[in-house]
Amino acid sequence: METNERKQYRFGMVIDLDKCSGCGACTVACAVENNVAPAVPSTTTRNGLTWMNVTAVHSGAAYPDCETVFVPMSCQQCENETPCLTVCPQNAVDIDPVTGIVGQVPQRCLGCRYCMTACPYHARYFNWRDPEWTDGMTQQLNPDVAPRMRGVVEKCNFCHARLHAARQKAAANGSREIDPADYVPACVESCPASAITFGDLNNPSSPVAILAADKNSFRFLARLGTEPKVHYHSSKQWVREMAERSKTRTQQEAFHG
Amino acid sequence: MDNLLIPRGVRRTSFGSFLLWLLPWFAMLSVGLYAIYLCLAEGLFHTNMDNRFAFGIWIFLDLTVIALGAGAFFTGFLLYIVRRKELAAVINSAVIIGLICYSGAVLVLMVDVGQPLRAWFTFWHPNTHSMLTEVTFCLTCYLVVLLIEYLPIVIKNRQLRQIPKFLVFEFELHKLMPVFAGIGTFLSFFHQGSLGGLFGVLRGRPFAFREELGIWPSTFFLFVISAAAAGPSFIMLTTRLVEKITRKRLVRENVYQLLGKVSGLMLVAYVLLKSIDTLIWINSTSPGTGFPAFEYYATQSFGTWILFTEIVLFGLLPALVLLSSRLRSDRRLLFGAAFMVCCGIMLNRFVMTIQTLALPTLPFDAFLTYLPSWQEVAAFAFVIAYGVILYSVTYRYAVVFPQERELNLAAGPESVPAKQSLLSRLRPRFAVQLIQKFVSLF
Repeated sequence: METNERKQYRFGMVIDLDKCSGCGACTVACAVENNVAPAVPSTTTRNGLTWMNVTAVHSGAAYPDCETVFVPMSCQQCENETPCLTVCPQNAVDIDPVTGIVGQVPQRCLGCRYCMTACPYHARYFNWRDPEWTDGMTQQLNPDVAPRMRGVVEKCNFCHARLHAARQKAAANGSREIDPADYVPACVESCPASAITFGDLNNPSSPVAILAADKNSFRFLARLGTEPKVHYHSSKQWVREMAERSKTRTQQEAFHG
Repeated sequence: MDNLLIPRGVRRTSFGSFLLWLLPWFAMLSVGLYAIYLCLAEGLFHTNMDNRFAFGIWIFLDLTVIALGAGAFFTGFLLYIVRRKELAAVINSAVIIGLICYSGAVLVLMVDVGQPLRAWFTFWHPNTHSMLTEVTFCLTCYLVVLLIEYLPIVIKNRQLRQIPKFLVFEFELHKLMPVFAGIGTFLSFFHQGSLGGLFGVLRGRPFAFREELGIWPSTFFLFVISAAAAGPSFIMLTTRLVEKITRKRLVRENVYQLLGKVSGLMLVAYVLLKSIDTLIWINSTSPGTGFPAFEYYATQSFGTWILFTEIVLFGLLPALVLLSSRLRSDRRLLFGAAFMVCCGIMLNRFVMTIQTLALPTLPFDAFLTYLPSWQEVAAFAFVIAYGVILYSVTYRYAVVFPQERELNLAAGPESVPAKQSLLSRLRPRFAVQLIQKFVSLF
């Protein structure tokens, strides 16, 4: 019997920190896919637009045991009491009940930046200036993604345009459900080390769900109870402990004694 | 030149001196206006805020001036609802201060948000779960209440009183003042509280996050009580400042004593509740989220001294001074304590905004620093200049302190000088005739 009920997805990803080399391909692919304007010369790490931000974290051990891990961090797609969702005064943040994806509606955003203050992962970015592309670069803009204007907040939405494309393809084939192979965010696709696994966490047989359930998988700031849908994976104990440490110490204090 | 506009029985400086007094404030206003233009026309990259320090000096000072401006609602509440008639001596000043604080805060907020033209979106599709929605609604409504409360002060001007319709309007408005005082108290309770709630609900910022009491975090109530404590103190300080500048007595001593006592009572309640809240936060709330509270104070610049200063030095100490009638009777102690109360409220708002953002959340984050740009400072200087100008003009042409005439009778006769040019006599009358004609059209 045919039912009108749609399949309930819970899209998430697992980033394998053992595989990540910190090349930044995910950052670049994300920017290109989502029409993030190139940075101006005065841009710093604190005021640029990097939906996928890669940070190098050192173990702090003495040579030759010192190690470095690269942590790619985008919106963690919090599932429980999503911090940015409840604070937005004009409903510019929404959660798609079908996919579980936390979205941002820039057309409705006032630019108050309360959501940025609320986000513990600092995964939200504000357009401090007008986006500008040089003449040639406008030719490579993604026609499926609307560029954002000055004064609004933006963030990772798991490449929403690609989800739309997958849905359209499914509809053209007469199906209501998308083929998982048709919906792959740009960062996942571009990673040369295949460090990012993406998929439906609700499907226990999906690679992402299996990896997320692995004993070496973890989430950052898990004790806050926001249930992020972006998981990390590492076989190294110090990396997993680092994620649990959650201390308000400076980087130097935390990792260099 | 403007003598016919000056209230009867009070002494004011010459028009030239008044213009000279306003000149530097207008200069400050112009610089601020240019900074605001840069931020609005070119973008907020002119500020030193960034993606990590998304709130800066503007939000911190907005919260501060709104707390200091609480004197308007609290004095109104005490005068019209609790019926403490002595406070009629400062109610006009409290309303003007409130209007300046609130309108200034809203003005800066309009510069602070990235898309000010979308401000109406909050009213059109509000998120009822957001503390900021509550703040926006209550702040806007209360600003209207303050404008209504400000209107009678303007209408009482010597020349405007000659228009019968204005007199009737003012009389009718005066009868409704207890209603507006009640509405103002209701609205202020919610927006002062919601400003505290803004930070108390931040689950992702364990430094600010607090347990819920009912549907609000504890910071909701702490902000209401602390604002009620700081408001009267700020009224005392501003009144004293006007007395110093004008070299006149403007209110009787018993008014200061009452304001001091009220401020002290509210402050002692605040210190008690704040201490309980801090203990619960240190021992339960913060560790529960994986952040032992002592680590927040591990950074040298924000050590435990800040907690001590906020609760003991700027809280308990002035509260004890203000509650003791013997200590309070010493003017230096009285105003010193009032100043400390205002500093305490400023420090509390600083801690909730700036310190919250400076402390890292992710384990590999660094402690963040932020220094406002000149545009941010100038934009707020604009508010200060605007406030001084509005207060000065109102003080000059309206009866801000009803006791002024009586207290300064011995000082000299009328404000109108002996020699008065024909032109200066004619101009205001002509203006009044014009206004009368305009009003008669309706």
